[in-house]
Amino acid sequence: MAKKATRESYGAALVEYGADERIVVLDADLSKSTKTEMFKKAYPERFFNAGIAEGNMMCVAAGLAAAGKIAFASSFAMFAAGRAFEQIRNSIAYPKLNVKIGATHAGISVGEDGGSHQCLEDIALMRSLPNMVIINPADDIEARLAVKAAIDHDGPVYMRFGRLAVEDVNGEDYKFEIGKGVQLKDGTDVTIVATGLMVEYALKASEMLKEEGISARVINIHTIKPIDEEILIKASKETGAIVTCEEHSIYGGLGSAVCEVLSANAPCPVKIIGTDSFGRSGKPAQLFEAYGLTAENICEKAKEAIKLK
Amino acid sequence: MEKKRATQLAILANEVRKNALTGIYNAAAGHPGGSLSIADLVTYLYCEGMNVSADDPKNPDRDRLVLSKGHACPALYGILAEKGFFPKEDIATFRKIDSYLQGHPDMKKVPGVDMSTGSLGQGISAAGGMALAGKIDNKDYRVYAILGDGELEEGQVWEQAMFAPHYKLDNLTIFVDNNNLQIDGDIAEVMNPHPIDKKFESFGWNVIVTDAHDFDALEDAVTKAKATKGKPTAIILKSVKGKGVSYMENNAGWHGNAPNEEQYNQAIKELDAKIAELEASL
Repeated sequence: MAKKATRESYGAALVEYGADERIVVLDADLSKSTKTEMFKKAYPERFFNAGIAEGNMMCVAAGLAAAGKIAFASSFAMFAAGRAFEQIRNSIAYPKLNVKIGATHAGISVGEDGGSHQCLEDIALMRSLPNMVIINPADDIEARLAVKAAIDHDGPVYMRFGRLAVEDVNGEDYKFEIGKGVQLKDGTDVTIVATGLMVEYALKASEMLKEEGISARVINIHTIKPIDEEILIKASKETGAIVTCEEHSIYGGLGSAVCEVLSANAPCPVKIIGTDSFGRSGKPAQLFEAYGLTAENICEKAKEAIKLK
Repeated sequence: MEKKRATQLAILANEVRKNALTGIYNAAAGHPGGSLSIADLVTYLYCEGMNVSADDPKNPDRDRLVLSKGHACPALYGILAEKGFFPKEDIATFRKIDSYLQGHPDMKKVPGVDMSTGSLGQGISAAGGMALAGKIDNKDYRVYAILGDGELEEGQVWEQAMFAPHYKLDNLTIFVDNNNLQIDGDIAEVMNPHPIDKKFESFGWNVIVTDAHDFDALEDAVTKAKATKGKPTAIILKSVKGKGVSYMENNAGWHGNAPNEEQYNQAIKELDAKIAELEASL
């Protein structure tokens, strides 16, 4: 299977499910990059460019939803969750309107554009909003099914897509359910909880740990809110140590969400892998190396977590 | 408009003013100035201009009103109660714990409220989205939004000012409540948005400047807006902040302060006197 960026999957899914006439897609002059252009080609009468005006776009989406539409609003994660945060809060999340935010180019994998465009705060921002569902898909099939699930869900959804082509981690028979984590590998010594493109690295790390005689469970948390508490509590009780990995700040993202669940229900040592600074220009692989988003670092942190048991 | 009808509307608008002040007085909080300046407008819209009914407040074919200057909701609640969207006595619960009459409009809680607003600059965009939905569905409903003149300082207003003419949203009409005062004082001194009419004209809007407190003028403007094809209409309303209560008129100090008991009684007395005068003229 060829590698594919989840933004491509987003555009493809909008076309795949786009026959539903309730669907209207908005973009802020980035339709070629966010891939909403694919929907525009298939359903031009239901695509509207808002121009470089993300705040207005989010509230137009809210108005469309208030009038019965399923409104998709797309931009880069930086300008969707960042620039338009307060519009999302007050005009979408507060009235629980049926707006789906398709945020692409999330994380440092944006690469060369550098720190101004590498959004590492969006999950934290969106997680703070009541009524918001947050999905961070790991591969093509998960991204496409996330779009379908977002259409079927009544209320706001924030979908986080990447620019970088990623490997498939799920099979073609994959079933997706909002709020349900996926155990990709069983293990008994430690659990690696990953989201988005870090799931691929988590799987690699579990193989590497196996060679060292460490049995690592791997869980894919595609829905960061509402998070699957059950699968996390079970992992804590059964493996006693957890490493979380995300292409996002260590503050307020997956790691924080996991700790919130475990500290109240089944405490165990948790090591959080993520960023603790702004990003910078470079090739994605170089940036992953520089910021510790690697299978090697996951292995190291897994061993540290095990030592804390 | 027949003189009798205009007088009836003027009477009702003063009841709306009383409702607004009753809510604010009981809450000991709220925004009287900008509520009183739009009382005539919301009265006209809910009695004449708009196709809405308390019997079916969610009808998908209804006209919609987005109160972009959400802090003026005492006036909106005032007319909605008069039109039977909810019991008039509930106005006394405004801004209180467990009341559905939130400090700013909440579409999920208040029957007849079409959009949750309060953060300035956002309502006009949501109204644009509703108008766009109407165009996509080939529906005849119209969408109205009421903005403050200070609100024009929000950059997002101008994002939508570009959007609506771009998509030829002639089913969208906005009103600018141009009372020339915002919290910190004269709008021209705080951050001058003038010339408001020329700005909207240059963005491609049909612009009408008229008197906010004259029902014939309101009807004339809204009728012209309905007849305008291919572009949205911006109606700049020359209004008086605090209109109808002598000590509140043209006083920025009454933007966001509640009257005390003595002041409230004085306001109700003045409005009742005006109502009696209007009734005598019928």
